[in-house]
Amino acid sequence: MEVFKNVLCPFCGCCCDDLEVEVDSNKIINVKNACALGRGKFLSIGEHRLLKPLVKVDGELVETDLEKAVEKTVEMIKNSSYPVFYGFGCASCEAIKLCLEMADLSGGLADNISVVCHGPTILGLQDMGIPSATLGQIRHRADLIVYWGCNPVEAHPRHTIRYGPLSSGRFVTGRKSRRMVVIDVRKTPTATMADVFMQVKPNSDFEILTALRALVNDLDLEVEEVDGVPVAKLEELADMMINAKFGALFFGLGLTMSYGKEHNIEAAIALVRDLNKKTKFVMIPMRGHFNVTGANEVFTWQTGYPFCVDFSMGYPRYNPGETSAVDVIARGECDLLFIIGADPCSHLPHYIVERLKNVKLVVLDPSITPTVKMADVAIPVAYVGIEASGTAYRMDGVPLQLRKVVDPPPGILSDVDVLNRIVRRLK
Amino acid sequence: MVNLVKMILVSGRSLEQGLGKEASKFSKRYIDVTAVCQLDPEDMSRLSIGEGESLRISSQHGSIIVKAVKSKHAPHPGVIFMAYGPWVNNLTSPETHGTGMPSFKGLEVEVEPVKTAERS
Amino acid sequence: MSGKLLIKNGFVFDPVNGVDGEIMDVAVENGRIVEDVRGTDVRVIDATGMVVMPGGVDVHSHIAGSKVNSGRALRPEDHYRDYEIRRPGLRSGVGYTVPSTFVTGYRYARMGYTTVIEPATPMLKQRHTIEELNDIPIIDKASFPLMGDCWFVMEYLEKNMLKECAAYAAWLLKALKGYALKIVNPGGLESWGWGRNVRGLDDNIPGFNLTPREILRGLCKVNQMLNIPHPIHVHANRLGQPGNYQTLIETMDCVRDLYNGTKPVIYLTHCQFNSYLGESWIELSSGAPEVADYVNKHPHVVIDIGQVIFSSATTMTADGPFQFQLHLLTDYKWVNADVECETSAGVVPFKYKKRSYVHAIQWITGLELALLIKDPWRVFLTTDHPNAGPFTEYPRVVGWLISRKAREATMKKVNARALKRTMLDSIDREYNLYEIAIVTRAGTAGILGLKSKGHLGVGADADMAIYDFNPRNIDLSRDYKLVRRALRRAAYTIKTGDIVCVNGEIVKSTEGAILWVNPSVSQDLENAVVSDIRRRFRDNYTVEFENYLIDESLLINSRPLKIKGGV
Repeated sequence: MEVFKNVLCPFCGCCCDDLEVEVDSNKIINVKNACALGRGKFLSIGEHRLLKPLVKVDGELVETDLEKAVEKTVEMIKNSSYPVFYGFGCASCEAIKLCLEMADLSGGLADNISVVCHGPTILGLQDMGIPSATLGQIRHRADLIVYWGCNPVEAHPRHTIRYGPLSSGRFVTGRKSRRMVVIDVRKTPTATMADVFMQVKPNSDFEILTALRALVNDLDLEVEEVDGVPVAKLEELADMMINAKFGALFFGLGLTMSYGKEHNIEAAIALVRDLNKKTKFVMIPMRGHFNVTGANEVFTWQTGYPFCVDFSMGYPRYNPGETSAVDVIARGECDLLFIIGADPCSHLPHYIVERLKNVKLVVLDPSITPTVKMADVAIPVAYVGIEASGTAYRMDGVPLQLRKVVDPPPGILSDVDVLNRIVRRLK
Repeated sequence: MVNLVKMILVSGRSLEQGLGKEASKFSKRYIDVTAVCQLDPEDMSRLSIGEGESLRISSQHGSIIVKAVKSKHAPHPGVIFMAYGPWVNNLTSPETHGTGMPSFKGLEVEVEPVKTAERS
Repeated sequence: MSGKLLIKNGFVFDPVNGVDGEIMDVAVENGRIVEDVRGTDVRVIDATGMVVMPGGVDVHSHIAGSKVNSGRALRPEDHYRDYEIRRPGLRSGVGYTVPSTFVTGYRYARMGYTTVIEPATPMLKQRHTIEELNDIPIIDKASFPLMGDCWFVMEYLEKNMLKECAAYAAWLLKALKGYALKIVNPGGLESWGWGRNVRGLDDNIPGFNLTPREILRGLCKVNQMLNIPHPIHVHANRLGQPGNYQTLIETMDCVRDLYNGTKPVIYLTHCQFNSYLGESWIELSSGAPEVADYVNKHPHVVIDIGQVIFSSATTMTADGPFQFQLHLLTDYKWVNADVECETSAGVVPFKYKKRSYVHAIQWITGLELALLIKDPWRVFLTTDHPNAGPFTEYPRVVGWLISRKAREATMKKVNARALKRTMLDSIDREYNLYEIAIVTRAGTAGILGLKSKGHLGVGADADMAIYDFNPRNIDLSRDYKLVRRALRRAAYTIKTGDIVCVNGEIVKSTEGAILWVNPSVSQDLENAVVSDIRRRFRDNYTVEFENYLIDESLLINSRPLKIKGGV
């Protein structure tokens, strides 16, 4: 038996890098230090596996060989008038680079799944900037930690222990020396851990954030409550924020996905920015997939823009709402969707999935997903971070190495190897 | 009397959904967790619907029938919760308001119990 | 790269070898300068009537890494109007102040620059810096890890464990593929972890029993012990504050006694931002004469200017407290990015306006530094890209240096009160091309310890720039615009023997190397220090020790420099 140490978990944006994976005869038999989600991923890679490339013939998916699947993909990209390259939440940075090269070469569009998670965070950031930090700053210094519109206990299970209220740092040690606040529409399991839980109505975040900002700036509110929350409670929270030596705001899709979208984020940024005039305060988005942050980084350094990049004019253009995957599909503008590291048919609104019936689909995925079932070409790839190495970025932008601990099933290549074969023929 | 109530739908992640997703999106575990709707107990009595009974949820974009369960995270009257998955996608809005992001949370929906006869 | 090249009849400027505009041939084979090349396969470039120089070496330019990428992401408005269309063999991309990686490589090569240093990389995010450097084509590059406020460094210095500190620094440079020790606002970055700053060299750093002076002196000694080719690279305390020229001089002076008469011991970067006289913004004036006087009298110091260009800029430094102050001052958007146990960083967009009193003082201060410091081997041309302006505007700076007339043309448009309160107008000095070659390549390569760069002697890397103007037919001072145009678009740029640019167009994209140093440390000492670091690593960082290291295989084109001596 072989034990791999310091393995990065390819599940969520926490990118815990202290996993110990026990392997026997190329089979993962145990995973230590991981949460249930990470452990589940390592132990279930053999299930529902896509093992052979599939090509649609007369409406039926039939098995083929890699060579033919690559050939078919190259032909489809070459014949496409506007291909969209989409996904990347579960792909390595190396794979993302190759997809951007394809988009550049073919004059298509490249977009990543942040467009349906923290895209509004990026839009807010582009309007306002963002006062942020790496997670270790919070572990070492934060005496106040606020989770807003996120539920780490269920979505990022080790967050509170490694980086949050339960962590122990140089200047602040352990849960007792920190205050924890949760703001959400339901009393989630995370909320039950908090010192203060403030329940808000759905779609009221903008008002609450703005009211808090007013209070932080010593303004009086001429009302008794804001969208159902008593002003006294908001005052209490504002005081906690001002009096913290180092405060941290973690925010999730509760802010980005509900009414107001990027305006909610702008209100949160404005609040934290103003708090920095009184104390030290930082904020970090709770990124979902393990390398969605990396997708934003690679997109940005190669094209100047974090997502929604259109190459149809021969250079990178950016205008979310126009050059975003969901909008392009909704308007029926793309004729080929190339997907890697994502399962849009399970995650996008049904209306969009319906539109995909008129679009050619190429999917690279390790397992059989609803998107694979709809595909015109599906190519199996290794699980990156388990069967292939690469680079990923944690939610706070810390780059880390994805390690290979077992070989993929026979005949299955990494996504980078498959993409290299495609790109070589496109040039 | 038609028991049709306006509610706000929030979709999101849950631990079970995350585990089910990794097992497979065709697994019973994933279906069991994504084809249910969590309601506030008061709302359930208002709708006269019991645990495990069927519920129709309709939005501007579609309509689904899922199982109603009592929320463990109550009270949240007027707010229903579903895990991300193929069911809730039928309701979510493709409108991105110029941001690229569809509306997954805070969606206005209408909720009504489904009579046994209708279901079969 | 094995190709043979002969550059004939150019006016060669090669200050390292004392060549000042003589008409000479330069021969290239296998990517190196050689005595002569023969054979039918020699490609001849007729450089008659043109200027031939070693490839430009930029010693301080923020081109890669997490804060640069934050700047890119923050500023779509920076890119909209400045883009490059994809051409066969080349990638598309965007500018302007924070260009995408491919465009960064192309634009440097277009100006005849072949080596560029990214001067500030947080160690925890070094993998990001390397990934971007890999994606910058053509040019050679290196990065300086931000070590000044690193906890391990501060802890060793606190306990006066210099040898251990040196071994740690050596290990870090080797393990993370860094090139030199960078210190930014010593003590100020750790203070910024609490939203505070230090006010001077002798302030105590919160949470540590240490002062900025002790960090500077400690790392200066460490640098000497390890024989690192580049001196400590310092962004001084109190950057961007009125009256800070005194702090700058104190910073220079605090390591004066460590100079042993051979090579400079401290490099002060973008000094324009640290050379302000006056108690407030209203009274602001140039402290350049005082700073220049100190530099002229003290050979242990080398500086670069950080010249302001009147244009849009994106300020980005590891100096978190400064960036926050700038945000408060301007109300422009603000990114803050503190890095655990190491550093902070901030990004704020900016625009330098001619009519602004303060901006005019900044412009004047930079030029005064360049013109009043007598020895061109100790003052270099930078814009602290993209802080004081984008690197693509270097030709404008050259214009101001070679031509009083060029300065007058700009002075006519800048804030008159600023001119009245400074002495720029009274300075007649004009650089000649020999001096320009020093401040843009020979001198910068020299201070970086890049022995095979910055000159055209036999054995040097065949990195060259050929500019299409005839220095004997024109008057630099009068015809500065012609020179500027020629510098913007090199007639030829040659990188490691490859012709990569012809008449300002990229004709070939190559992989530049990443340069890094590998200092010598005795095995016992290294083992002891690494095991100490490893033992305490989890206490400090949220990543594992093994995942902090950069394997050499990550570097597409790795060029380590083994250093003799050491501890």
